[in-house]
Amino acid sequence: MTSPISETAHGDAPLYTAKHPDPLAVEGELSPQRGDVLVGRTVTIDRPREELYAFWRDFKNLPRFMRNIRSVTTEDGRRSHWVVEAPAGKTVEWDSAITHDEPGRAISWESLDGASVRNSGRVDFLDSPDGRGTVVRVTLTYDPPAGAVGKLIAKLFQKEPKIQARQDLRRFKQLMETGEVSTAQPPDAAPRA
Amino acid sequence: MRALTWHGKHDVRVDTVPDPKIVNPRDAIIKITSTAICGSDLHLYDHTIPTMQAGDVLGHEFMGEVVEVGPGNSKLKVGQRVVVPFVIACGQCYFCKQQQFAACDNSNPAETADMSEFLYGYPMTGAFGYSHLTGGYAGGQAEYVRVPYSDIGPIVIPDGIEDDKVLFLSDILPTGWMAADNCEIKPTDTVAVWGCGPVGLFAVQSAFALGAHRVIAIDHYPHRLDLATTMGAEVINFDEVDVREALVEMTGGIGPDACIDAVGMESHGFTADSVMDKVKAAVKLVTDQTHGLRQVIIACRKGGKISIPGVYGGVTDKFPIGALMEKGLSVKSGQTHVQKYMPQLLKLIMDGKLDTTFLISHRLSLEDAPAGYKMFKEQQNEVTKVVLKPGMIRH
Repeated sequence: MTSPISETAHGDAPLYTAKHPDPLAVEGELSPQRGDVLVGRTVTIDRPREELYAFWRDFKNLPRFMRNIRSVTTEDGRRSHWVVEAPAGKTVEWDSAITHDEPGRAISWESLDGASVRNSGRVDFLDSPDGRGTVVRVTLTYDPPAGAVGKLIAKLFQKEPKIQARQDLRRFKQLMETGEVSTAQPPDAAPRA
Repeated sequence: MRALTWHGKHDVRVDTVPDPKIVNPRDAIIKITSTAICGSDLHLYDHTIPTMQAGDVLGHEFMGEVVEVGPGNSKLKVGQRVVVPFVIACGQCYFCKQQQFAACDNSNPAETADMSEFLYGYPMTGAFGYSHLTGGYAGGQAEYVRVPYSDIGPIVIPDGIEDDKVLFLSDILPTGWMAADNCEIKPTDTVAVWGCGPVGLFAVQSAFALGAHRVIAIDHYPHRLDLATTMGAEVINFDEVDVREALVEMTGGIGPDACIDAVGMESHGFTADSVMDKVKAAVKLVTDQTHGLRQVIIACRKGGKISIPGVYGGVTDKFPIGALMEKGLSVKSGQTHVQKYMPQLLKLIMDGKLDTTFLISHRLSLEDAPAGYKMFKEQQNEVTKVVLKPGMIRH
């Protein structure tokens, strides 16, 4: 499935990027540059936002629900090192730094110079207006690299970044609400012939 | 272990497959003592439900003995006998907290949830042995099954009650009950039930238990109509009479107050619309054959209620939206919130107020499951329910 960037930006982006005023509007942190792939997804999780924030803020936890991330090691309170699965058993690595941190409310991060895929992300934790827990919004941007090698790496992000974001957020919700990530992975979780 | 696996249309086999393991803290492993073939399994057998994969273990009506419990489940104990709901529900999401267990937001794995989100707008809940739309979970027509979120679903059965009395708590009894419950029955109501398969017959029984004045059952298999009569229903054989005309006559021109579609997507009949459905399904223009549902909507009285426990998966056309709107009908449907209904139904069984064993026509060994599918499909008059017993010696 190929979708033009414009469709990606509009199709799955949170409503607050559209022209409609949003009751849960937040002040923008991300300012994607022209050509960036923008992915957004919103989910409501029936847990307090402080708890969700604390789990996410410890970036070592991210591989527990982000499927393509092999590991994140935190170097100090602000910087982290990411190892991400790439096609053909390879990995891509980069350093990232937190650019905005509002305890219990929002976290933004951005890759540092030298990253093979320049990327940034933001997660917002907002009280659900109807008392159903916390509205979690994730917005990610990727800068697709040029060249043949860049193309291969980009495949990882560009193939379906919104699918990745959608599935990662579902796993985050499962883990936070139930304490586990639902699976029917054969053979152990679901035997098959 | 041995398990009944799907390999294609009308091709199911008993294979040796790996044993399931505890993979999540709230899992349990159940050793199956009884498991049934469901009418909805025939939709898989006929391959009218998409996203099946060769090798899938089928079965969503089962019970057995707890043989292993994960560290995150403090409720179940090894050795307990349990009946397991076909719907997998986490118990902690917004929907589960509203007792809408069949709308659980967490039990369908993140990777498989995409398909139904595209099809239906939001992802379906996980279920055992029912395609990859509902998660690709292995089913219970096997010697063992892994039960996720096992601290929420399984209900413990007291000693001394045999399997056959409680097995149907897993699906068809609560499904028939919810179908009637969705009709919000008043004491003067006449309820019409399309389809006298297991769910239809339990809906007849449940409608009476919930206070219906009259129940009219519709089918064309004489034995199934006889069973409905035994339960106190009046019957209509759709091969012999025009269903709507008969209903109009029987209700003094008013029509039934509530109508239950216990048929679902492979409805048959020899009217023009059902022949067109078949042709279109064959060329993949529509997926669901809905002759029965059209008749339900046309036959229902003005301001009446429609309840749809029958399974549908796709889209249809020639849907009588005009009749639905102009008559002011209300419709309730959905997979069953099994976990919500299990405790009250177990109590009714234990108090001797509800008997479900009359339905069982055949008890087979698990090894004979393929033959069980074939006869359930081909001999619907005589074969009302097939129960498989993995521990039974093969005849």
